[in-house]
Amino acid sequence: MDVGAKVIEIIAEQAMIDPSDINPDHSLENLGIDSLGLVESIFAIEEAFDIAVPFNANDPSSGAFDISSVAAVIAAVEGLVRDKA
Amino acid sequence: MRRVVITGAGTINAIAHDVDGTYKAFREGRCGIGPLDIRDVDRLSVKIGAQVRGFDETRYFDRQQITLYDRFTQFAMIAAQQAMRQSGLDIRDEFADRAGVVLGTSGGGLRTQDDNYRAVYEEGKNRVHPFIVPKLMSNAAASHVSMAWNLRGPSFTVSTACASSNHAIGLAFHMIRSGLCDTMLAGGSESMLCFGGIKAWEGLRVMSPDACRPFSANRNGMVQGEGAGIFVFEELEAAKARGAEILAEIISFAMTSDATHIVLPSREGVARAIAGAIRDAGIALSEVGYINAHGTGTAANDRTECAAVSEVFGAHAKNLMISSTKSMHGHLIGGTGAVELLACLMALREGVVPPTVGFEVPDPDCALDVVPNEAREARVEVALSNALAFGGLNAVIALRRYSG
Repeated sequence: MDVGAKVIEIIAEQAMIDPSDINPDHSLENLGIDSLGLVESIFAIEEAFDIAVPFNANDPSSGAFDISSVAAVIAAVEGLVRDKA
Repeated sequence: MRRVVITGAGTINAIAHDVDGTYKAFREGRCGIGPLDIRDVDRLSVKIGAQVRGFDETRYFDRQQITLYDRFTQFAMIAAQQAMRQSGLDIRDEFADRAGVVLGTSGGGLRTQDDNYRAVYEEGKNRVHPFIVPKLMSNAAASHVSMAWNLRGPSFTVSTACASSNHAIGLAFHMIRSGLCDTMLAGGSESMLCFGGIKAWEGLRVMSPDACRPFSANRNGMVQGEGAGIFVFEELEAAKARGAEILAEIISFAMTSDATHIVLPSREGVARAIAGAIRDAGIALSEVGYINAHGTGTAANDRTECAAVSEVFGAHAKNLMISSTKSMHGHLIGGTGAVELLACLMALREGVVPPTVGFEVPDPDCALDVVPNEAREARVEVALSNALAFGGLNAVIALRRYSG
């Protein structure tokens, strides 16, 4: 599975926009994804890749999982998928 | 307007199985949070909770009762028994129609549901015990309390997530104040510490993996608890006439709805509830000496609640004490306001304010006197108890020290 394409698909669905409109530099906030949307996206990512994402909604910016941009999320998911293999 | 007083209190929770024990734990700042001891805990990512320990249901109840009492009903019956014993009330038939019970719960008989869903879905059983419905229904606790103590007036359950108990207490208060009833049992009960109950909360990503540290900059979420708190409310003159010991007076109740977001609290909505309670009580801001905070230990709650308190109290916000006892007994969800009312009762009656334990690092967004880690002696005239529920529902109760 192309991790990047799948992550973009999940984020696009959450943001209710077309995947082609997502730029890797976008932050999730730019895309209109709020705190609930973020938690739901993380859940979708965990389900899609069968991984556990270290994420605490109390302080989304801390912790091991970088959510500062779409590219950062993709890189973090790629890391977790690699670790699993 | 009729005045309403508290003449009995009862509880069972993670730090003690009665009121005196709970006060002692509050004084010592003892934390009841520890490793969860429940089925399938290895499949949970949250492995801590404030569980009621050393509890043997067969010591309190016979076989027939256990068949009908989910754990949340058991907790309610134990707390109600203590409260009724302390009040010395005997609800004889001539008073029974003007006596009732309003209890809060969020999950109701969730453990019964969890156990029986497991039986039919996971274990493939095609038959369940005949009493599952009356055992799991959310009004089971209130109904069993009504039967045990002959309460034949208004009796029902309120389910508004984390504000359930405060709403129940407020409604019971209103019923006596308005003249609808003379005696009410009120409070709440919760027992969500089962696999399904915790698994659902895990999904929200707001649970702490290690501790509940309200107002501390390094807080990382809430910790669930379980138990019950139940109180006997009476009309003041009736309580005096029978020579009852009066524990405190309930002087006001206010509730608001944020009408904004399903899980994020709103400073404005919380502030309106606190201001509403002050207005309903007809008191000056400076009379409030202690607030038992909702204080869940999540970033969103603690910041919003402190901002609301600062907004309402202005300069007095720095003078009053505000602590979160969830740091000790955990978050009892629908039962939490009931156990937390005990913190207010203790402050008013014993002159000791319970601490916020686990406090490590000051947070500029919560720059109030949060009574960190150690209980404090203080004379308190009026205490507030806040509850802020998911769904944006806020409920605030005010108690006044009773001095005759």
